[in-house]
Amino acid sequence: MRYLPHTQDDIAEMLHTIGIESLDALFDSLPAACRRKKALNLAEPLTEWELNRHMNSLADSMAVCPEYRVFLGAGSYDHYIPEVTRQLLGRSEFYTAYTPYQPEISQGTLQAIYEYQTLTSRLLGLDVANASMYDGASALAEALLMAIRITRRNKVAVSRLIHPLYRRVIQTYFAPTGYEVVELPFLENGRTDLSRLGDLADIAGVAIQSPNFVGCVEDLGSISETIHSDKKTLMIVSFSEPLAYGILKSPGSQGADIACGEGQSLGIPRSFGGPGLGMFASKSAYMRQMPGRLIGKTTDLEGRRGFVLTLATREQHIRREKATSNICSNQGLCATAAGMYMAALGGTGIRELAQLNHDKAAYLKAGLTGAGFDIPFSAPTFNEFTVKFPGGFDAKYSALLAKNIVAGLPLAPYYPELKGYYLLCVTETMDKADMDMLVKEVTS
Amino acid sequence: MTEKTGASGLILNEPLLWEKGKKGRRGFSLPRRDVPSAPLPSDLMGDGPDFPDLSEIDIVRHYTRLSTWNFGVDSGMYPLGSCTMKYNPKTNERQASLPGFAQAHPLLPPELAQGALKLMFELQNLLGEITGLPSVTLQPAAGAHGELTGMLIFHAYHKTNGETRSKILIPDTAHGTNPASAALCGFHSIPVKSNAEGILGPGDVEALMDEDTAGIMVTNPNTLGLFENNIKQVAEIVHARGGLVYADGANMNAVMGIVNMADIGVDVLHLNLHKTFSTPHGGGGPGSGPVCVTRALDKFLPVPRVVKTGAAYALSDDYPDSIGKLHAFYGNFGIQIRAYSYILSMGPDLKKASQYAVLNANYLKESLKDVLHLPYDRPCMHECVFTDQNQHAFKVTTLDIAKRLMDYGFHPPTIYFPLVVSGALMMEPTESECKENLDHFIDALKQIAEEARSNPDLLLNAPHLTKVKRLDETTAARKPCLAG
Repeated sequence: MRYLPHTQDDIAEMLHTIGIESLDALFDSLPAACRRKKALNLAEPLTEWELNRHMNSLADSMAVCPEYRVFLGAGSYDHYIPEVTRQLLGRSEFYTAYTPYQPEISQGTLQAIYEYQTLTSRLLGLDVANASMYDGASALAEALLMAIRITRRNKVAVSRLIHPLYRRVIQTYFAPTGYEVVELPFLENGRTDLSRLGDLADIAGVAIQSPNFVGCVEDLGSISETIHSDKKTLMIVSFSEPLAYGILKSPGSQGADIACGEGQSLGIPRSFGGPGLGMFASKSAYMRQMPGRLIGKTTDLEGRRGFVLTLATREQHIRREKATSNICSNQGLCATAAGMYMAALGGTGIRELAQLNHDKAAYLKAGLTGAGFDIPFSAPTFNEFTVKFPGGFDAKYSALLAKNIVAGLPLAPYYPELKGYYLLCVTETMDKADMDMLVKEVTS
Repeated sequence: MTEKTGASGLILNEPLLWEKGKKGRRGFSLPRRDVPSAPLPSDLMGDGPDFPDLSEIDIVRHYTRLSTWNFGVDSGMYPLGSCTMKYNPKTNERQASLPGFAQAHPLLPPELAQGALKLMFELQNLLGEITGLPSVTLQPAAGAHGELTGMLIFHAYHKTNGETRSKILIPDTAHGTNPASAALCGFHSIPVKSNAEGILGPGDVEALMDEDTAGIMVTNPNTLGLFENNIKQVAEIVHARGGLVYADGANMNAVMGIVNMADIGVDVLHLNLHKTFSTPHGGGGPGSGPVCVTRALDKFLPVPRVVKTGAAYALSDDYPDSIGKLHAFYGNFGIQIRAYSYILSMGPDLKKASQYAVLNANYLKESLKDVLHLPYDRPCMHECVFTDQNQHAFKVTTLDIAKRLMDYGFHPPTIYFPLVVSGALMMEPTESECKENLDHFIDALKQIAEEARSNPDLLLNAPHLTKVKRLDETTAARKPCLAG
């Protein structure tokens, strides 16, 4: 096997040094009752070439561009990934390194993540960002737990327009804790209804997603006024499409105390839902309550700039059961990719790309409106929006699948009251011709 | 003596991203605009983030230079204990980047995602066969996420039995993630001291286990690199009081094809695909932490689950006792692809990988025990733990030895862990290293031990050949600067 360098001579010499006769004898100290009785029942090893063939056949069965036109967003977005990102990320000094516990030989990772933290905090308009969480859902669950730690209150409020799968992850994280999660309904215009928030005095944090799951941009400024009418309650802004902040006001500038979400959009392939990137930022006042790793700037013995993992006393390897989180491995390479992607776009590029995403989606929205379809939510949208198709559209949706078109995501499985509602997404990868075709197909 | 691997070379400095560039440069090919511009309401529009504008070559040189400041498995031997820094096969990267996988949307209708679902279904079965625990979820995104999954299953199991148990037993050799994961589920950790042999004594567990204790979290082999020989008795004691046994599978690389986890009484186990199953660690992640359980606990696994009907695969949420969802989608699928590729490439040779990993560790242990102090002199599994006791006389510590190893071209071992050994140096060579590399490493440590005697300053000021010298971590923590 090409991954195993041992020759028979090597093995014999090493066994001799150890003073035993056989490889099996290495395990003689294990009680017999602990030894496996049956050999591994695994197929013979594949050669590199057989593996390629097998994996090609699995991958070929997947519905992807260019054979398919997929108008799906809902937390996973199709954006062009520059070859630069792919190739630089493929430098194995980055991807075959461990967590940078030994800073003198990990400065590449450390500076790259420090830059990611900086660009993330600038994008989200907050003081500090961590080195990443697993994904947008777990980041939000941890943000709510952080709000509970900071405020010492036991209840959180979560908009129903937060990604439904994120809300299910929150339920899982909260199930054994005894903390209460209340859900906030939404208005006819597709924005969260805060009027039922009630007394804020016992609420640790209120979480709002923007753009929200049905595609609408929330009015974060006025939401902040409502939430901050109680001095302690924290405003948590969640997101699944951070590219929107290339053009929208940042969560921090609108009063968010914590902003967290999914960063897959920023140069990371969709990869059937993972690995993505849990982005997490907060005001500096809450830095010591943050979950996850943080990279800080410092100097070496000779006064040169360098970077280290810092504030580790929050973390599990030091604080054990009193840590702010149990997270250890994070999504470091994805954070590195996002840093590269944000650097490639630049301040000018991210604005233009975000505007283009908005405009493409606006084009399709206008096309569907023109064809007589109902856009039920009136609030402004970014690159996703909801359409209400007429009764019986299910059959059309299935027929379109057979034509290699995925005409958005049906919302009814997530919101039973939204029967016939579909969430459509258009990014820069979709041509005008694709959108014209979709309008034609759903109309015909 | 062969030539020393560590050498000085030309390393280029590189500023921070925002110290470079000029407004108006770009490193991205903006897609053609084929639709009219549409205004957004001005009250929602912001100024956009303050990012530097860089050209493509600026970015390429930036990250290329940064990469040269890093040490990876591809650079050299990386004997970081409990991290299993084995070779990351290149073909696995190819498989994960196939467009059918990389571009697949997670909410595709199942009939359009058969390849991915089949891969997940088969990987679950493979991991079930390798561990002996047949029911598997791939959803946890990392080892600690797997531990949380396991603790949620403990919680749900006791709840189903009409009980709320408040405590959990955790050996003093455990990774810090164990008590932290248990705490997230409201369990109070009760430490169990390991005995003079470095393993759990059944009597110690017996004395602590009661009807208010949810179970025990055991790492086996443990972080001293020792097999928990009493695991079966420990499991019987825990089960007799209604508890469950969790195994932290971080060290599974020692026992593939050697131990069946169900046979030794384990109920729940997490794996680290980024350790045992060769997926790259990425400078901190992404990892993947599948959880394997007994049939009896199957119903608690996270949803959605991959199900097979006839030849077709689908996702099902129809598991009313499930603990729920841990990840927005199905975990780190891209990492699952790599592990699946590795298992298919290895087949039954996975047992050889474990044998050679244990061979390498025992070879290191025997070759170094006259150089460094070995606190537990008994056959080890895939890793062995030394201390700096022999070097105390020269005022040289574990940290100094670790830093000096860098000058010799090696990544240091894990240091100061496990906590039960003062000044620990925990070495895990993995099966990827050939005998010559191990001999090189042994020689380096012998020379370092000699330097400690003859010229301790060489160690105290190490490393000498790296891009930066030792860094001021105290100031970094006292006056945090986390963004530029």
